[in-house]
Amino acid sequence: MGRYVLRRILVSIPLLIGISIITFVVINMAPGGPIGVASDMNPKATAEYRERLKAYYGLDQPVHVRYIRWLGRMAVLDFGDSFSLDGRKVWDKIKERIPVTLLINALSMSLIFLIAVPIGIYSAVRKGSVFDRISTVAVFTGFAIPTFWLALLLMILFGVHLGWLPISGLVSLEYDALSLPLKILDRAGHLVLPVFLAAFGGLAGISRYMRSNMLEVIRQDYIMTARAKGLPEKVVVRRHAVRNALLPVITIFGLSIPGLLGGSVIFETIFAIPGMGQLFYQGVMSRDYPLIMGILTIGAFLTLLGNILADVGYAVADPRINTERAG
Amino acid sequence: MRRRLFRRFAFPVLIAAAFLAVAAAGCFGPGGKSTEDESSAFSDIPAYGDSIIEGSIGDVSGFLSAVTSDSASHAAAGYVFNGLVRYDKNIELTGDLAESWKVSPDGRKIVFRLRAGVKWHDGAPFTSEDVLFTYRKMIDPKTPTAYGEDFKQVTKAYAPDPLTFVAEYDRPYAPALASWGMHILPKHLLEQHPDISRSPLNKKPVGTGPYRFTDWKTGEKTVFDASPDYWDGKPYISRVVTRVIPDLATMFLELKSGGIDLMNLSPLQYTRQTETKQFKESFKKYRYLSSGYTYLGFRLDHPFFADRKVRQAIAYATNKKEIINGVFFGLGEEATGPYKPGTWAHNPNVMRYEHDPAKAKELLAQAGWDRTDATGTLINKEGKRFEFTVLTNAGNKSREQTVAIIQQNLAAVGIRVEIRTVEWAAFINEFVKKRNFDALVLGWNITPDPDQYDIWHSSKTAPDELNYIGYVNAEVDQLLENGRRTFDKERRKKAYFRIQEILAEDQPLVFLYYPDALPVVHKRIRGIEPAPAGISHNYVKWYVPAEQQRYKSFQR
Repeated sequence: MGRYVLRRILVSIPLLIGISIITFVVINMAPGGPIGVASDMNPKATAEYRERLKAYYGLDQPVHVRYIRWLGRMAVLDFGDSFSLDGRKVWDKIKERIPVTLLINALSMSLIFLIAVPIGIYSAVRKGSVFDRISTVAVFTGFAIPTFWLALLLMILFGVHLGWLPISGLVSLEYDALSLPLKILDRAGHLVLPVFLAAFGGLAGISRYMRSNMLEVIRQDYIMTARAKGLPEKVVVRRHAVRNALLPVITIFGLSIPGLLGGSVIFETIFAIPGMGQLFYQGVMSRDYPLIMGILTIGAFLTLLGNILADVGYAVADPRINTERAG
Repeated sequence: MRRRLFRRFAFPVLIAAAFLAVAAAGCFGPGGKSTEDESSAFSDIPAYGDSIIEGSIGDVSGFLSAVTSDSASHAAAGYVFNGLVRYDKNIELTGDLAESWKVSPDGRKIVFRLRAGVKWHDGAPFTSEDVLFTYRKMIDPKTPTAYGEDFKQVTKAYAPDPLTFVAEYDRPYAPALASWGMHILPKHLLEQHPDISRSPLNKKPVGTGPYRFTDWKTGEKTVFDASPDYWDGKPYISRVVTRVIPDLATMFLELKSGGIDLMNLSPLQYTRQTETKQFKESFKKYRYLSSGYTYLGFRLDHPFFADRKVRQAIAYATNKKEIINGVFFGLGEEATGPYKPGTWAHNPNVMRYEHDPAKAKELLAQAGWDRTDATGTLINKEGKRFEFTVLTNAGNKSREQTVAIIQQNLAAVGIRVEIRTVEWAAFINEFVKKRNFDALVLGWNITPDPDQYDIWHSSKTAPDELNYIGYVNAEVDQLLENGRRTFDKERRKKAYFRIQEILAEDQPLVFLYYPDALPVVHKRIRGIEPAPAGISHNYVKWYVPAEQQRYKSFQR
């Protein structure tokens, strides 16, 4: 087992480098560059200024030299300085966005699993029932409705007409003057709509996945055996079926790990939440290469980590998987 | 904002409209009329206190405007810093940190007399040394500023005494005066920082302005508090909060629910979503021309467009009224040239192109486009079809709609137009800079100073330069030169009037429209005086009557 994990980690390193080379080359190939943001269409920006700025950002060097420099910095976990005008460290910029994005994603993901798994199980057990049909329609509606549109409708209802919930942002303007319980309440109020919407759109995937797993399991011989030996249906479903049907969900869990830090641009834009999605979008639009590379590298790292964790988790949960030969 | 000519609706992240600044950037027009009458049951006595919450679609990137280029940053810097000069409500230059100035008779020397007793927010006195320091930083190669060019024209700058600053030039350069509107930096706090963009002041500014920096939460908000000893009197409103709300629909909902007090409306919101009694009870809308225009530009060495008659024909065929009514719900004005109506440089008596398809066809026939093929498209003697592509940048709805109307208009006279929209960076780098277009729809900001040398002069056609349509006219070149080499307003006016006549006749581009600026402000905020420069020119004097103040907890 230990050797298996170690091998997976070692294999991941060249993979990570490969990903970084491709992303580095691709973002540098995109038209425009960080210089253009300040100088395109600006009559006061002279050719000399452009050259100076290029040297300032090290863009006068060829791509491979810049990549090697970047890699050298990354080796000591230095993400470099952002190309944006504030010139802050990339890591500082990412760091301050992580808590918000992580909180919203963790909450909505828990909500998704908490709701979708029971829905999936119940739909499978009562396949074709009224509940099955209604839940199918409901989760697919959630999947199909454009989030930004539903978000606006809910903002109008709860924010403007009823006045129950704040419309956007993370905290109220009076936040600093509030007492601790009110502070918590204020933050929670701001999270209700974004978390609900993020979860609503994600129910379909997990619940359908759970349902089909469950249907698969129920058809197995050992379930029939369990029923045949006279176990009550509850015990059959809970102890024998659900456990086995949940196994593949571990994989989904693992694959969700990079999603914890990946924010949604549309979402964060509409709720004015300063999260990772907006940061990345702004980075791309202003061709802030170090920032883009930083976020993509973290994403790639988490994806590989998630894969390893999913495989390891699977191996732990299902002893039939031979970790010595799998690779 | 003041120094940028280009209107980048394309790039919401960076254009970042902090609306006070948008209005301040100069919005003139017929009186800047407000749309309804002031009526109030409350007393109208100025009082200190309360906060104003404004919405901005973009965040600040830094507070030193010399090294930032987005309008959110420039707007924020405007609360904290002053220049030597500024534009007043009539878009005339007036003293800011300079009490007065004198231009020598030969136009080569400007002597600024500085205001006495001005203090930096940390208590240190402001002197001419700070001005000299700012000048040195502007020309320092270590400063990554896009605005150094005007200062490089200075041949000699010195500070003979603490309240006098002198700048000398080797020949008169009219735009130089406005360039001293650059925010003056505190020498005592920046001296030890070779690169000012990396200095702590870019994140926590200390200036001489009406408001002091209090807080900046990246991606969320900036907070400024009134400076009690501001040299022009303490501002009435105690606190200014700028909230970052990237989505305009969300921003509008925040406005309606009381989360913000001030924003710029879209024409749709202005005409269709704010006409309720409830809305009018709480808010007051304003309307005036914004300082920018949108145009249909041609690549002038393209075989179709080299002929002036063809360009004029397209101008006649384009229905500007329909565009303004269809795209902006009538909230705009037909453009006739590159200056804004109501400003001193604008010439109202130039050739106009009323919508006239018959005349367009006649001119096209004269230019050799006198027959049509089976599809009704014009062809010339060589059998070439009159079809071309109009480019515009993606993500700008009003421009996309404008192009669609132009396509219809031109189809009516037998010209086939393809539309292509391209992402901003690709648009600039792959098409504009490489002169790889037939025609395009874009916009220019109109700067308060009428010098537009960089746009129209025939020497400005290199890839990175802005005369990308390739306009060459010897008389215009000479007039542009004349206009910037004298401080005499009458002589400048003469030059710019003539330029507008030539441009109107030549139609190197079809001037389409000046859109309206449509700010809305909560009614409790008083003292707003709409003027040619917009509404924000006197924000220091805005106030909320005591009994209507909303944010008591912020008061000090």
